[in-house]
Amino acid sequence: MIIILTSKSIGDSNKGSLVASDTKKRPDGRAFDELRPLKIEAGVLERADGSAYVEIGDNKVLAAVYGPRELHVRRLLKPNMAILRCRYNMAPFSVEDRKRPGPDRRSVEISKITAEALNPAVFLEKFPRSTIDIFIEVLQAEGGTRCAGITAASVALADAGIPMRDMVAACAAGKADGQVVMDLSEWEDKEGEADLPIAMMPRTGDITLLQMDGHLTSDEFEQALDLAIEGCKIISEAQKEAIKNRYGGD
Amino acid sequence: MVQSVVPEIIKESVANLIRSGERADGRALDQYREVSLETGVIKKAEGSARVKIGKTQIVVGAKPQIGEPFPDTPNVGVLITNSELNPMAAPNFEAGPPNETSVELSRVTDRCIREGKVVDLEKLTIIPGKKVWMIFLDLHIIDYDGNLMDAAVLGSLAALMDAKIPSTTIDGDEVVIDYEQMVPLPIKEQPLMCTLAKIGGELVVDPSLEEDDVLDARISVGVRADGSICAMQKGGSVPLTREEVLKAVGIAQKKTEELRENVSKLTK
Amino acid sequence: MLLVEDKQIVVPGEILAEGDYHSGRGTFEEEDKICSSLVGLVAVRDKKLSVIPLQSKYIPKRGDVVIGKISDVRFSMWNLDINSPYSGILPAAEVFGKEKRDLNRAFNVGDVLFLRVVDVDEVKKVKLGLKGRGLGKFRGGILINITPTKVPRLIGKKGSMINMIKDQTRCEVVVGQNGVVWVKGKPEMERVVQKVVKTIEEEAHTSGLTDRIRDMLVELLGDKTEKTTEKEEDEDEFEEELIE
Repeated sequence: MIIILTSKSIGDSNKGSLVASDTKKRPDGRAFDELRPLKIEAGVLERADGSAYVEIGDNKVLAAVYGPRELHVRRLLKPNMAILRCRYNMAPFSVEDRKRPGPDRRSVEISKITAEALNPAVFLEKFPRSTIDIFIEVLQAEGGTRCAGITAASVALADAGIPMRDMVAACAAGKADGQVVMDLSEWEDKEGEADLPIAMMPRTGDITLLQMDGHLTSDEFEQALDLAIEGCKIISEAQKEAIKNRYGGD
Repeated sequence: MVQSVVPEIIKESVANLIRSGERADGRALDQYREVSLETGVIKKAEGSARVKIGKTQIVVGAKPQIGEPFPDTPNVGVLITNSELNPMAAPNFEAGPPNETSVELSRVTDRCIREGKVVDLEKLTIIPGKKVWMIFLDLHIIDYDGNLMDAAVLGSLAALMDAKIPSTTIDGDEVVIDYEQMVPLPIKEQPLMCTLAKIGGELVVDPSLEEDDVLDARISVGVRADGSICAMQKGGSVPLTREEVLKAVGIAQKKTEELRENVSKLTK
Repeated sequence: MLLVEDKQIVVPGEILAEGDYHSGRGTFEEEDKICSSLVGLVAVRDKKLSVIPLQSKYIPKRGDVVIGKISDVRFSMWNLDINSPYSGILPAAEVFGKEKRDLNRAFNVGDVLFLRVVDVDEVKKVKLGLKGRGLGKFRGGILINITPTKVPRLIGKKGSMINMIKDQTRCEVVVGQNGVVWVKGKPEMERVVQKVVKTIEEEAHTSGLTDRIRDMLVELLGDKTEKTTEKEEDEDEFEEELIE
């Protein structure tokens, strides 16, 4: 009944082809080890205790932190430490086909692994019987929102004055068009062969989030892991700068 | 929303200040906070806007979908308004299905946009009785600093004016959608909403967060460019007199004209 | 080896020094390194490194004086919001002694009180008290909220800043260590104090603040100011209080 005449050209730089080429430039012109353009701002909201905004490629992700604050749900209370609660959510207008409001299974999973990725970094023992609530909103999605969310959440936690061992940074690597690459775009994520998002604490190299989806040989996996780690380090520098810019120049 | 009790001291000090013609942030009683409006902020949405009144901030997305018309209006497109009071916007906003404040906000915004005839819904018919354009207007409240309604209507109007839909042609029984030819939504009118709060016996325009917490009553008036009224909503548990209502309408007619300048700036 | 300078802005996880240094507030030790756990300014005092946070919540300590708002009335106590992740309990005995009385006769939900933190246990349960000079319920006036870390700056060394404000505006001003301030006086004077307090909050870490506030008061009050002989304040000495 409905025929689509031409394909949509929103975000034209991300259209790709599966024609292999020797130089292996990616559809958006990046090298295999190049991140998409990155922008991080700290302290963007008025009411939240801490907040941050991240743009990577066409992703637009906002994170806000409230806490430590009183926890009214008694069964979740921990007597000797704070708990970390995280809600990852996508706005209905953030994706091509409007998403119905409310959590879906994917958001629930991402919320869980995000909390687990940030947990090891926070000095939770300093705030018994309280909660630190993290809210991540994806305003526009273009592949890699979970990593952008974690990156933004770390900056928001720091902005809120919450003591941490390190600021967790997240980045994905994978394989697209036969090549192991850093920071998959939406197209590379959909059409590629593997996706490996990770999060880490840059100073110690401790990895706090790791997922993999697709097909990689052991060698390819190691290459991808190293690319993702390198990506995290670059993102970590941008996080630090964002915080310093917010308070800097006293 | 879990509303904690506002201390008497704060209620009294805000009311006293207003009785003497001043407000805590230095504004006049009929003055809006700083308004900022940007459109085209979300590329994945066919229409979008980001509006700030003071520090209250809303991101609005407008996305079209093809669907069936309502049975009693077979030749009219559909407008669906939804709002999310995101828990990041205030410490007392909770995650979960829309609560009564969120529902009221989306319904009042919807009435103002619909009765204000922003979009000529009749022009959104594709196959009469079978296929029409459905416009989903999603209000994402990300920072709450008082007075959501005015920001919601302003942002919604801007998002709809920004929106583009693919053009359609009918080929026998089939609808052909041409994404290469995007056209603006058929926009007719530009209604806006002005909210006043009754505090200390006076009416103040654009209540701040504190004023919103202590107000006795609230009245929001939707006004079109020609000064006619298209929507109204009274809130709060204290009554308003007939004179107060008429006075509020008069002020709203004046103030929405000022607010509309933000919209004209966009279309330049 | 010291890797940062005094008053430099650092972020969580940043390495401040390696080797023979001690870890103070806002830092932690990892192997032979001292790292920052917060966003803040480095304070180097001999071999001790601390980081003064730019943002933090108020965590109650025994002996603090705070301004709290009654949020709940229970059987034998009131529950108060003290602008902290931890709420405080005010036992009925503090007001009624051993007699049993209807708690609502004394204080209701929404009342604002000036209290002392009597005790804080290991899980941060906070017990409040009213025994002490000036403690009790506030009537009238206005409330101002500031970031708790700026309270020492508002008070000034030996109260010099806050006393200057009180004297010049002839207002009663009570500062809670939890970042809540109560002011009562003539309405225009209350507003002057509000502006001054907000300015101090914004510029707490800059030097020459006392002079600027004195000038600000002169400007806002016209010729209603009183001449005072205030001693010059040494801004550096303030940070000592913050670090400890």
